[in-house]
Order: sequence, then structure tokens, then C-alpha cells
Amino acid sequence: MLRFILHRLAILIPTFFGITLAAFTFIHLIPGDPIEVMAGERGVSPEKYAELMHAFGLDQPLWKQYLDYVWQLLHGDLGVSFVTKQPVLDEFFKLFPATVELSLIALIFAIVIGIPAGIIAAVKRGSIFDHSLMTLSLTGFSMPLFWWALLLIVTFSGTLGWTPVSGRISALYYFDNVTGFLLIDSWLSGQPGAFKSAVSHLILPTIALGTIPLATFARQTRSAMLETLNEDFIKTARAKGLSPVRVTVVHAFRNALIPIITVIGLSVGVLLGGAILTETIFSWPGIGKWMVDSIFRRDYAVVQGGLILIATMVIIVNLTVDVLYGLIDPRIRRKGH
Amino acid sequence: MKKNLLAMTILAGGMMLSGQAFAAEKTLVYCSEGSPEGFDASLFTSGTTFDAAANTMFDGLVNFKIGTTEVVPGIAESWSMSDDGLELTFNLRSGVKFHSTDYFTPTRDLNADDVIFSFTRQMDEDNVFYKHNNGAWLYFGYMDMANLIKDIKRVDDMTVTFVLDHPEAPIVSNMAMAFAGIQSAEYAAQVEASGNLDDMNQKPIGTGPFKFVNYQKDAVIRYAANADYFGGKPNIDNLVFSITTDASVRFQKMKAGECHVMPYPAPAELDMIKATDGITLLQSEGLNVGYLAYNTEKENFKDVKVRKALNHAINKQAIKDVVFSGYATIAVNPIPPTMWSYSTTTKDDEYDVEKAKALLAEAGLADGFKTNIWAMPVQRPYNPDAKKMAELIQADWAKIGVEAEIITFEWGEYLKRSKAGEHDTVLLGWTGDNGDPDNFLRVLLGKVSAEQGGNRARWADPAFEAELQAALLTTDAAERTAHYQKAQEIFKAAAPWATIAHSIVFMPVSDKVTGYLVDPLGGHWFSNVDMN
Repeated sequence: MLRFILHRLAILIPTFFGITLAAFTFIHLIPGDPIEVMAGERGVSPEKYAELMHAFGLDQPLWKQYLDYVWQLLHGDLGVSFVTKQPVLDEFFKLFPATVELSLIALIFAIVIGIPAGIIAAVKRGSIFDHSLMTLSLTGFSMPLFWWALLLIVTFSGTLGWTPVSGRISALYYFDNVTGFLLIDSWLSGQPGAFKSAVSHLILPTIALGTIPLATFARQTRSAMLETLNEDFIKTARAKGLSPVRVTVVHAFRNALIPIITVIGLSVGVLLGGAILTETIFSWPGIGKWMVDSIFRRDYAVVQGGLILIATMVIIVNLTVDVLYGLIDPRIRRKGH
Repeated sequence: MKKNLLAMTILAGGMMLSGQAFAAEKTLVYCSEGSPEGFDASLFTSGTTFDAAANTMFDGLVNFKIGTTEVVPGIAESWSMSDDGLELTFNLRSGVKFHSTDYFTPTRDLNADDVIFSFTRQMDEDNVFYKHNNGAWLYFGYMDMANLIKDIKRVDDMTVTFVLDHPEAPIVSNMAMAFAGIQSAEYAAQVEASGNLDDMNQKPIGTGPFKFVNYQKDAVIRYAANADYFGGKPNIDNLVFSITTDASVRFQKMKAGECHVMPYPAPAELDMIKATDGITLLQSEGLNVGYLAYNTEKENFKDVKVRKALNHAINKQAIKDVVFSGYATIAVNPIPPTMWSYSTTTKDDEYDVEKAKALLAEAGLADGFKTNIWAMPVQRPYNPDAKKMAELIQADWAKIGVEAEIITFEWGEYLKRSKAGEHDTVLLGWTGDNGDPDNFLRVLLGKVSAEQGGNRARWADPAFEAELQAALLTTDAAERTAHYQKAQEIFKAAAPWATIAHSIVFMPVSDKVTGYLVDPLGGHWFSNVDMN
């Protein structure tokens, strides 16, 4: 097992360099530079422009800027935002808990509803439930996130008034951040109503962000289950007289888990990508919104640093999934892939 | 486990004591449109940052009277200009207090040292704050202050004189702008000693109506009323900026009562907002202009007849109806009608296709010609949809045989290339900074600006320039008005631009809020509002 993990970790090094190069290249491919964008219609004198480009190190040849950046990275320094002048790492960790909180709850929401729904659909294949679920999940999967989120807001907040419109908690509550996770912090604050407010603010963004993964999980679970349910060992289990629940959950589901876990692992990337839109619409102060703002401002340091940090997170999750495969299916572990 | 529970309980108790609920007091929630870049307004250029910093927490030597462009006393009680226009003296108000917060307690009232510090940090290359910020005091640069201010003299504790390089009347209005907010020299010294120079930008200390409480990045900014404010304690106790970037979501928050005031409603939702109970849609003419500049250095646009012909071919009413949904004023002059010295005698180039054809024929281009229209990739207050506007102009020009290609670039690139004069015609605009006509005319159409590229028509008319320069030399409003009106006539006759429109600014405000005034300069102010 240790060898397996070490092998996986070794692959990380070239991946990581690839990411730094990609992050650096992409942001520099976008035309325009931070100084021009900052100056807007008002413009900036050629002398001032040169002075500022020099101060930000942007007057150097690109290859040198890249090497300097990697050197800096190897020393654990992600640089300073051009706009706010704050260290990128500080900003990231201020905002990251908000994204993790939302993504995690959305993931749990998608798993808790998606997987059982997929199992039931597989067991009751061809029933009305199966057909409706598959239609619904196709709809969920194809819905543009932006539109879906606005529709949720207009219906549940605007018209029915059941949920708050946006933000993480009502502006009336104010307490110090302990963990950065508002569900925990609001509870710790002891302020009456704070926890409830935090929960109610999570409902719509969770549904918006969780819909696509939910649809994916349901479909994937259904097809994986259908495949295993036809296997000989299931027939054997049934023939042994095991209860249908035991056959489904213990025998079939355990064997259907590998493709399901693969999809869950991959959906972490989807969730982080979806978080960008969801956070923008729901004014959720996470890294998605931060990255979007920074791209518009050509805040190279933040975009590069943010991409690298997000990619690192995704790599860690994928690594965890790989390790989980090994745990669930000993064949993978032994082959050493 | 038990230990953990105990720790949690103690922690929770502690939080209860340190936390504070705003509920019982008058708290106004403003759904702002974006995150501030920081809280030192001199370093930044966006209105979002000015709202969050300058307009809430700082004062200038002079201020704009809220809802107008009139300059009124701020930190300075009075001011005077020497006869030669080279010495501007401010008499400071006594007893002005800087904010007391948990990170700074002032030991003295505001005096001349604070004023001098606030400007020298933006112009003295040896100043530690100048160096720390790489000299990026952008607005100080835009307003050409470094070339204008030769020296700042401390006459006595409460008197400061600015020695100018040349006479320039609008300097008094400049002093009311966000970049000229007065900082505490005492606080700066404390910050410098601590070594965290960024604190000036992260933990602001001003003299303004509200003081900083905290900022949760990208989410909420909190302020508390400044009980010691020299203009009197604001009526509301707490001010909260709830950052909400999407315009439709801001409206939903207004509807749900989660915020009381919001800026920049989506044009498509204006009718819906008007029809909503409990919300009043305030409006005011914006101090802006949207225009199409002809590059007068390009062969086809050197002849005024061609420029006039193209102006006559544009149906501006259609643009107003389609692009602005009717919410705009058709522009005649390069300055908006709400600005002093606006000329009512200049005549617009009316929509007349036949006249346009005739003028084009006179210019020897009866068969038309090929050109381009540059359309901005972004929405601006003076132009909500440049692409659509370009399409309408394109169709209008096609009627007189002028075939125009629409070109667009990413915003930074658009500005850079149009500044370099690569365009034939370019759509752009301007929002006023200080309510002075000089801030439109010289910035957009002046000679220096033509050389540096800010003047997108690259039009430098000696007679026009002479009027602008003459108006700088005097502080007499009537005299300046005469010069600017003459300048507008020269502009209109030479037609370096097609003046398109001045947009209208809308502010949805909850009926719970009283006294809110729409600022023609585009800022958002809360010191004078109350809640019922």
C-alpha cells in the first residue's frame, strides 16, 4: 500500500510543474495588462506606466518572469495581489473555508439523494419511478447553472420568501471567525438565530451547486447497479435466500462502488468549477468569486496562485480516491497501478 | 470528549461576549456592487472603493455637498486663492477628531501636519508610503497634481498653503475628490513604527461620518456611526455594505428586505422595480457622456464635412430608445446639461440622411467609403451596450454609402489601442470626477490629451485650447462659463465627435429610508440618511 501511495505521489511532481506552466501561460495569453485595466478610461502617463510595470516585475521577458515565479513558489511564496497588495496565500485561506463549506454540503446533498435514488431506480428498473428519475436527472444535468440559480432565487426567495436571497449569513449577525466554517462559527457564537440564519443561507446555493452532481450520481449509480445486479454472484446470493435488501446493499452496491466513487472524485473538480458561478450569483465569498474578479482585473499573482492551489486540492482529492480504490478493490492495489 | 465539550462551551461563552448583534439599533444595509480593492482611496480608481472608503470614512479639505457638485467646506472652514492664482490657502476647522478604534487612539485633533502628510505621501518619492506603494497614486496622476503642486507650506497649526506651478482654477474641486481625503499623520507614524505599512490600506482611520468596524473579504463591510463627527453624528447607528455582484440578485435582496439601498439596477428590471411595493426608484441625470470619436488623423476624417455628414446620418433617438430603453438624454455638447457652463445655444447635428449625403458629396466622397466602428466590450454607465449601439450606427451609415466594420477588443487592449490611435471611429465615454467642465473638456479634447492619446479624436484645435487655458486662469465663475461656452461652440462646429447620450442614474431605495440623495458624480453617501 505504501509503495502504491509513493508511486502516486511521484507522479504529482511533473503534474505540479505542468500546472504552474499552464496557469502562467493562460493568464498571460489574455490580452491587456493589470495597469491598463486599473487605469480605465482615464489612462496613465507613459512614465507612470513604465514605473508600475517595473514595480510589478512585468517588464521582464516572460521566460524570466516564469522562472522567477517558480523559484518563488519553491520557497513557498505565492506572491502578493497586484490589486489588494495582500499575500495571495492569506487571501486564499480567508476565502477557502466558504468554498469548502458550500462544496462539501452540496456534495453530501448530492450523495445522500443521488445514490439511493439511483439504487431504487436500478432495482425497480422500468417502473414509473425509474423513468421519472432518469428524465429528471437528464434535466438537472442539462440545466444552465446560472439560470437555475436565478430561478431558485426568484421563486423561493423573491416570490415565496422562504429562503434568504444571497450571502452566507444575515448582515445583522456579527461574530469573530474561529474556523471560517459558518455553520460551526455561528453555533459557537451563541447568538440566537445565527446558526439558523447560516443554515437557511446554505439551502439555495447547495441545491444550485448540487444539482448536476446529484443527477450524475443518480445515473451512474443506476447503471453500475444494473450491471452488478445481472452478475452471477447476485443470482447466487438470491438463490441462497438472502433478503433482497441485503443482496442489493451488501452484495450489489459494494461491487458497484468503484465507478460511483470515480464519479464522486471527479465531481470535486466539477463542484469547484460550479462554485465559481454559484458563488458569483449568491454573493458567496469564496475562492470562485475571488478568481473571477481577479481575472477581470488581470491580477496575475492571484489567478496563478489561485489556480495552483485549486489544482493542488483537486490532485489531493484524486489521490485520495485512488487510495480508496485500493482499499475497496485489492486487485488494483496488487497490480500497483 | 468531555474536555472538548467544556472547551467548546467556554469558547461559545466567550464569543457571546465578544460578538455583538446590530438588531436593536438603526442599521442600514447597502447592497454594494463589488468588493473594494482596499480602504486607502488614494491608491485606487474604482467608484466601488471610493464608496467603501472615501465617501464613508474620510473628508477632504473641501467636500461635495451631497447630491450636487457644489464644493462646500470640509476639514477646511474656508479657503482663498492669491491674486496671481499661485497660492491656495486653506484655514482648517478646529476640533476635528480622527476615529478612535481598537487599533488606534488619536492623542490630538487634526492639524496642518495631517494635511501635508496626506499629499506628500502621494508626491514625494522619498516618502516611505510612496515607496511602499510603488508610487501607484493613480488619481493624483490623472489630475496632474504632481505637476501642479510645487510646494505645501505649513503657515501655522491650522493653516496650509499650496504653492502652485501655474494657475488652475479646478484645483479646489479636486480637493473634494476621493484621492484627496485627509489621513492622520499620527496614525501613519504608528503604522510605520509597526512595520505593517499596509495597515493604512487595511485598517483605515479617517475623520468621516462612519468609522471602520471590520471587513469580511468579498462579503460584508461594517461601519459604526462616528459620534464625534464634526458634521454631527449620522442618524443611523450602523452601516453595512453587503457585497452583491449580480444586479438581479441585488433587486431580489431589496424585495426581500435584506437591504435598503442598491446601486446599478439592471436596465431590463427598471419597470419591475418601479412597480414593487416598498421600493422607490430615485433617478437623476448622470454626470457623464457617451460619444463616438472620429480619428481626425485618418485621411477620411480630416475633413469636417465628412464628420458632419456622419453625425447627420446617426439616428440618436433610435439609440436612446433601443440602447438606453429610453432612459437617457440625447447629448448635444461634450458636457452634460446638469453641469455649469453647459451651452444651450449650440445646435445639434439633426438626423437628416439627405443632408448627410449632400455633405459627403461636397467632400468628394459621394460613393461613400469603408471604415470601422470600435465597440467597447464592457458595460459602462454612459453606454450600457456598445455593441448594439455600433450596430445601429453601422446601419445608419450604410444608408449614405459608408460601410463600417464593427471591431472590438478585450477592455484593457481596447483602451490601449484606441489610445494609440489605431481606430477610425471609437465608442467611449466619461463620467465626471469633480463637477468641473475642465474635467471633461481638457481631459477628453485638450491638446496634451491629444498627444498622449486620451483625446481619442486626436483633435487639437488652437482656438478651442485657448479658451480652455483662459478658463484655468481665473476663479471667476461667470468668466469661466463664457470661455467654456465658446469652447463648446468651437467643438460643435468642428465635430470631432458624434455626441451620443447622457445616461440617467437610478437608485432603488427602500421606503424605510429617508433623505437619500442621488449623487450626480456617481458616489453613494449615507451620512445624511435616516430610517423609520
